Amino acid sequence: MTPLLEVHDLHVDIPLSHARLHAVRGVSLVVGTGEAVGLVGESGSGKSLALRALLGMLPVPVRFAGGTVLLDGEDVTGLPAKQRHRKLTDAMSMIFQDSLTALNPVMRVGDQIAEAPLRKLGKSRSEANAIAVDLMGKVGIPDPERRFRSYPHELSGGMRQRICIAIALSTKPRLILADEPTTALDVTIQAQVLGVLRRLKEEEHVAMLLVSHDLAVVSQACSRLYVMYAGKVVESGRLVDLVSAPKHPYTFSLLRSVPDPDHRVDRLLTIDGQPPDLSEPLTGCSFAPRCPFATDRCRGEDPALEHVEGAVGAPRQSACWHVDSADRWAKGVQAEMERQH
Amino acid sequence: MSAPTVAFDPLEPPEPDVLVPRRRLRGRRRNTPLVAGLTLFSLIALVALCAPLLTNHDPIQQSLNEAFLAPGAAGHPLGTDALGRDVWARLLYGARVDLSVAVLAVVSPFVIGSLIGLVAGWFGGWIDTIIGRVIDVVIAFPFLVLIIALVFTMGPGTTSIYVAITLVGWVAYARIVRAQVLVAKEQEYAMAARVSGLPTWRILLRHLMPNVVLQAIVFSMSDIVLTLLAIVTLGFLGLGVPPPTPDWGTMIQEGQQFILSKWYMSTIPGLAVVLTGLSLALIADGIVEKANRR
Amino acid sequence: MKYPVYVAKRLVSLIPVLFGISLIVFFLIRLIPGDPAATLLGSHATVQSVAELRSQLGLDLPVWQQYLTFLGHLLHGSLGFSFVYNSPVTDLIATSLPVTLWVLASAAFFTLLVAVPLAVWAAARRNGVADNIIRAVPVIGLGLPSFWLGIMLILLFGLKLHWFPVAGFGTTIPAHLWSMVLPGVTVALTLAPILIRSLRASMVEVLGSEYIVTASAKGISRTRVVLGHGLRNAASSSITVLGVNLAYLTGSTLVVERVFSLPGIGQQMINSILGRDFPTVQGITLVFAIMVVIVNLLTDLAHAALDPRVKLA
Repeated sequence: MTPLLEVHDLHVDIPLSHARLHAVRGVSLVVGTGEAVGLVGESGSGKSLALRALLGMLPVPVRFAGGTVLLDGEDVTGLPAKQRHRKLTDAMSMIFQDSLTALNPVMRVGDQIAEAPLRKLGKSRSEANAIAVDLMGKVGIPDPERRFRSYPHELSGGMRQRICIAIALSTKPRLILADEPTTALDVTIQAQVLGVLRRLKEEEHVAMLLVSHDLAVVSQACSRLYVMYAGKVVESGRLVDLVSAPKHPYTFSLLRSVPDPDHRVDRLLTIDGQPPDLSEPLTGCSFAPRCPFATDRCRGEDPALEHVEGAVGAPRQSACWHVDSADRWAKGVQAEMERQH
Repeated sequence: MSAPTVAFDPLEPPEPDVLVPRRRLRGRRRNTPLVAGLTLFSLIALVALCAPLLTNHDPIQQSLNEAFLAPGAAGHPLGTDALGRDVWARLLYGARVDLSVAVLAVVSPFVIGSLIGLVAGWFGGWIDTIIGRVIDVVIAFPFLVLIIALVFTMGPGTTSIYVAITLVGWVAYARIVRAQVLVAKEQEYAMAARVSGLPTWRILLRHLMPNVVLQAIVFSMSDIVLTLLAIVTLGFLGLGVPPPTPDWGTMIQEGQQFILSKWYMSTIPGLAVVLTGLSLALIADGIVEKANRR
Repeated sequence: MKYPVYVAKRLVSLIPVLFGISLIVFFLIRLIPGDPAATLLGSHATVQSVAELRSQLGLDLPVWQQYLTFLGHLLHGSLGFSFVYNSPVTDLIATSLPVTLWVLASAAFFTLLVAVPLAVWAAARRNGVADNIIRAVPVIGLGLPSFWLGIMLILLFGLKLHWFPVAGFGTTIPAHLWSMVLPGVTVALTLAPILIRSLRASMVEVLGSEYIVTASAKGISRTRVVLGHGLRNAASSSITVLGVNLAYLTGSTLVVERVFSLPGIGQQMINSILGRDFPTVQGITLVFAIMVVIVNLLTDLAHAALDPRVKLA
């Protein structure tokens, strides 16, 4: 069945005074109806920009530089701007990292939730308000009738983020794009907000594309994962598969660098170096400079994202020349960790 | 044995979303406003300075036979006014008067206001509160109203103008400098100076003042324009530079009655004011842009 | 705290300012060179009348006592007596103040009419052609003398085109309105550049905010986003600037009244100056200051009402 969202070869760049920063370098992904997909990567990997490009909401100097976006199989990239905006915003919504700046400070939160039903969906004022109260309840806000009249600065971070989710729901989207929604929150509140998102997926069948640098967050909410590094997807697959048997050195190190109480990994891996300068053209694999297993081939040729062996019905992809040597890595990584500690 | 949990360094430069400033980036470019403004103003100042060279008419010499000549008449490029005085000459000499008074009149508000702002910002406390109250009261009066009232009480004349503008104009400088001082106070060099035991006045004048004075200088450019406008307005109302000294404001007022037939009598001096104002505004903008570039 | 309490507090904080204003107005008379009483009476001065006036004004008393007398008069609603017009100053002001208020209202109306759309337009189409032109306006407009502009407008729209009256206030309401257009536009054209500059800057900053993205992402029309979300926020922060401008505006009405021969308090002030009528000048100066204080108060209160983030504490 046709996936809800398909993205092919997305490119985003930022023209600077001295160079052009190629922030997203050919990202492709798929989200099915009702699916929760994660997009993981460190700061600067391009994941946030990729997300914003999907709604056409890139900040001023940043430019969409190529690729196609299909909604329900229909190519919306070539449509005239207004129409494209319409289709995209009808199908998708977005929530942001900082809930305080994402909300209009001089408008009551209830009115902000009710705005889309009122202006876009053509409901009457009382209907829109009722919808808003209902949504507030759905996202777990206690005493919604009273909270309706609050202003954003009067609410706590967790509440505000729930309001943002309610606003995202107000347009009846089929997919929610979430850009680091929990990064600014305490761990306990994080879990609550993720719980809301999970419940929405189960009860309302709203799909989700969750962007985060925090693997722990993504693993609580998503069933499938894309891993991004330096503007490209380097690995993808089901969460369980990725976590148990990663097939890219970067994913490997991501996993090992997260303290995981279940696995008692008491030694963590550090990786030297920094992500590459994306204003320079890159030769070879972008991770090669930091990869402990890089060979000359890695440095010379950029590996393409290929399908690799995975369980039936669970497509796996990886962009690495040495995918087949996964076992050797495990040993190599162990050795690396011994060496460091 | 450390167990760092962060495996990656943060990327430099930071997350692309917030990386780039929103202005369209132009790279190295000449500071057009500054250049244009300085050129225009120098031109005007030069013309005013060289007035005797550019006309051989006496601006206050009346010649009733030659009254109301149109522009282009023999020897009178811009015509003559109601009393037969050459308009071009009056324009030039008026420039001398108006420009010099405007520039000079800004000096004492600048100096006095900056010093007061410096003191208020540095010492804070009750000194600041009192000065703040005084400022509140002075700005409660519309600028022009207070100037007019002061000039009226002291008697019309150039001295009254200087005094009036000083009494009213210091406020803006005080506020600007005070705001700058509040910021500068927390900077390292200020703290170092304080710790070093230098006498306060020395800290204020030698260390703090040079750093906080930039904004005041920028404002002084537009202040010259505002002062020029005030002088010209006073002239229009009959309270300015005393006749028969030529002044753009008086010229405009004299021309008002004949506006329908001799429109140039009022229009031209007004344009002179606008141009001067434009040049100074450009200079002010240019200084701001230069400061931003640093 | 609740809004009414905030209002009360603000009113109380005005008291020191009002005192200060009365002090300054009081001390104006000290600046008169020579004998104030003689100067005040001018051509009416005789040895006897000067002596009478001196004792009446209490000029022989110590300064602080004089001030208290002055203050006492003020609080009783008396602003002195005009020898030139032979009438209490308050009467003179009462007849001319309404005209000035009309001018103020007209000026405020036209200023907003010009400034707001231009600023919003410039900000919404940042760095476009329109924006660059609009941004050039304050640079040109800084040096624009209001009285000269008024004369130019009189020439064009009054004398050449005969669209508007060039002098006077008229006797009927429609005539009043008609006579207010050119004066209002004159003041607006001198004030709008400043307001455009700051409102545009506010708007640009606001339009760069994340909540604008949130609003656009909902799929509501761009106009609604710019106006309903953008302008609302920019307005609440710009209202203070508008207030300062309006306060400055009260000064410009003086000149405009002169140019257009409108019988407001500005015109009265000039006439009193030419007639050496000091008490009236003093009284009108005071009234002007009070008007500014009231305008500032109103804008502060409006700002607090519009922006829920203003800490009313």
